[in-house]
Amino acid sequence: MPTAAVTKTEALAQSEGVAPKKKKDESDRRFKRIDITMKRNQFRADALIEVLHAAQEAFGYLDEEVLAHVAHGLKLPLSRVYGVATFYHLFTLKPNGAHTCVVCMGTACYVKGGGKVVDALQEELGIEAGETTPDGQVSLMAARCLGACGIAPAVVYDGEIAGKQQADDAIAKIHDLQSRE
Amino acid sequence: MDLTELKAVAQKEKDRQRPIRVHCCTSTGCRAASAMEVYRNLESAVEEHNCGDRLEVVSVGCMGFCGQGPLVQIDPNDQIYEEVEPQDADSIVTATLGEGTASAMRLDPQHPFFSYQTPVVRKHSGKVDPESIEEYIAAGGYEPLYKALYEMTPEQVVKEITDSGLRGRGGGGYPTGLKWATVAKMPEGQKYIICNGDEGDPGAFMDRSVLESDPHSVLEGMAIAGYAVGANHGYIYVRAEYPLAIKRLQKAIQQAKKYSLMGSQVFDSPFDFKVDIRIGAGAFVCGEETALIQSIEGGRGNPVPRPPYPAQKGLYGHPTLINNVETLANIAHIIREGAEWYASMGTENSKGTKIFALTGNIRNNGLIEVPMGITLRTIVEDMGGGVPDGEVKAVQTGGPSGGCIPKDLLDTPVDYDSLKAVGSMMGSGGMVVMDQNTSLVEIAHFYMEFCRGETCGKCVPCRTGTVQLYGLLTKILKGQATEADLEQLKQLSHMVQETSLCGLGMTAPNPVLSTLRYFPEEYESLLVQPAHLNGQAAEPKPVSV
Repeated sequence: MPTAAVTKTEALAQSEGVAPKKKKDESDRRFKRIDITMKRNQFRADALIEVLHAAQEAFGYLDEEVLAHVAHGLKLPLSRVYGVATFYHLFTLKPNGAHTCVVCMGTACYVKGGGKVVDALQEELGIEAGETTPDGQVSLMAARCLGACGIAPAVVYDGEIAGKQQADDAIAKIHDLQSRE
Repeated sequence: MDLTELKAVAQKEKDRQRPIRVHCCTSTGCRAASAMEVYRNLESAVEEHNCGDRLEVVSVGCMGFCGQGPLVQIDPNDQIYEEVEPQDADSIVTATLGEGTASAMRLDPQHPFFSYQTPVVRKHSGKVDPESIEEYIAAGGYEPLYKALYEMTPEQVVKEITDSGLRGRGGGGYPTGLKWATVAKMPEGQKYIICNGDEGDPGAFMDRSVLESDPHSVLEGMAIAGYAVGANHGYIYVRAEYPLAIKRLQKAIQQAKKYSLMGSQVFDSPFDFKVDIRIGAGAFVCGEETALIQSIEGGRGNPVPRPPYPAQKGLYGHPTLINNVETLANIAHIIREGAEWYASMGTENSKGTKIFALTGNIRNNGLIEVPMGITLRTIVEDMGGGVPDGEVKAVQTGGPSGGCIPKDLLDTPVDYDSLKAVGSMMGSGGMVVMDQNTSLVEIAHFYMEFCRGETCGKCVPCRTGTVQLYGLLTKILKGQATEADLEQLKQLSHMVQETSLCGLGMTAPNPVLSTLRYFPEEYESLLVQPAHLNGQAAEPKPVSV
């Protein structure tokens, strides 16, 4: 809910020619999705992980504002929410690139050359695993195990899993992703 | 719902089913090889040939031979097609109708990969549609739950499980019956069942497959467990990395509720049972039971010291029974067929069957369910077909907590105790075969990197020990280590093993210790001194940190 004070600040900012910071109002819909999840779980503190999943789905990542919103909703200290968000690997506090590429580094994939795929992609993209290219196009990640060991090495491109990937396949696929908008 | 109604549902479903069923695997493995397209093409081919009255296409769970996917199986004649391309669909349908031959490759159903198997948990896998409760009921599902509720007392159920000799399939191998009895003995009141589906071991995907292929068997196992120990609420904790398993479980729970096989008054008895799904967020340590409980409660997955065991004081402080997915999937079969039947399979101390994920440098990749006591050699050489162009160097079992078994010990029978005796462990069932080109120091390094990243950071030996061990292994791989470093590696491994708080730390050094035990020369050849003398030292490999 925008309070009078907020509106005033915004008006002030606009009159001074400073664009107001992208704040809650603009993305209210996404906050609503978090609120729905919290409500469905009766605002119980033990639903924190569920709520963070919903939040990350809505926003793509968890920034301070989102964490504060969740903390407020579940009546938890922000430190607790931050602690949980940073403990689990799937939660990210930084925005991802437009495309994601997750290379499985489970044992089966590793033995069959998953490591080489990561090395090749790192070189191709000029970033380390866990980073996003400076143009915000591609995020490269390494996963522990996707459970698709029968088709090792496995790579997930934008949520689509592909099996028996070698370095060349992966690079070709990344180029394909980059060429798409 | 009572037994007659259940049987009526089964009969109605059997009448609905067509005489010929074309099973198309739509699990994660085959999906990655365009199985969904194959499935759609099969359906449109049936429509085109107007044979929907004789033949139906069924989306089924995993058939096991994941390396050769997508797989299509024809029931009843057992014909299996491997590596099916979407354009093969039409010819498969016509060939099944008896006209011409299919363009897809045929797989021998008597292939050793299949012939050595004894499907118990995987009995329905690849045969029933996991998204249809009616198919599960038609295959005899939920009858064991009825039997438990109406023909057995909770004590009898616990006794049956104890007598079956079933041991926890998650890795530890704790006798399931004993665990149940402990929870059952706790004073009446709120109790919980937790199904541990946080299958974090890299190289293992049995639980994913069970949840994707036969979710109802897990739900039924949980309900029977709930009745036996006096719990009315269950949680299934599934990794977020398994979206298909989560989707199918959600659907299964809804369907079971619709038939009042879940919820209040199951089968019109006084027994209530509800199941909630909790989705993990990518932390290996959450497979440890106390950490798992913390995670379900919405906290960081930090293990807590035991005792008190979860059986006494678990979720929200109440007695809690935690079993692995595969353990629970065994329950309905044991109740149906009896403890004696189950105990007739396997060895003296390890009864029944176990699913393994056979992967790595091996010809036949996939999931196998074999009786306990089968030798590693049979699994690797006969079922797995050996290593393509090369020979087996070692078999890694038990994931980051297990060890590498060298090829000389391939005659070791696969059961809890024998694997432990050779310095490895059963673990959850990952079995990664490595060929002669694999450097085992690199493998140890790989696992230590894993444990270093996955330690929760609560206890010092695990938090700092894994970092130091990782550093030492890196040094060895870079060819900069000396004899003293190797000695330190051994000492530190033992220290971490003995002083860590939970299973993660206690077992983290296992891959190092087992490779040191069986392949000391690999470490020694990388040390500074001998390397210069014998000239064999490979160039230090770049290590990505």
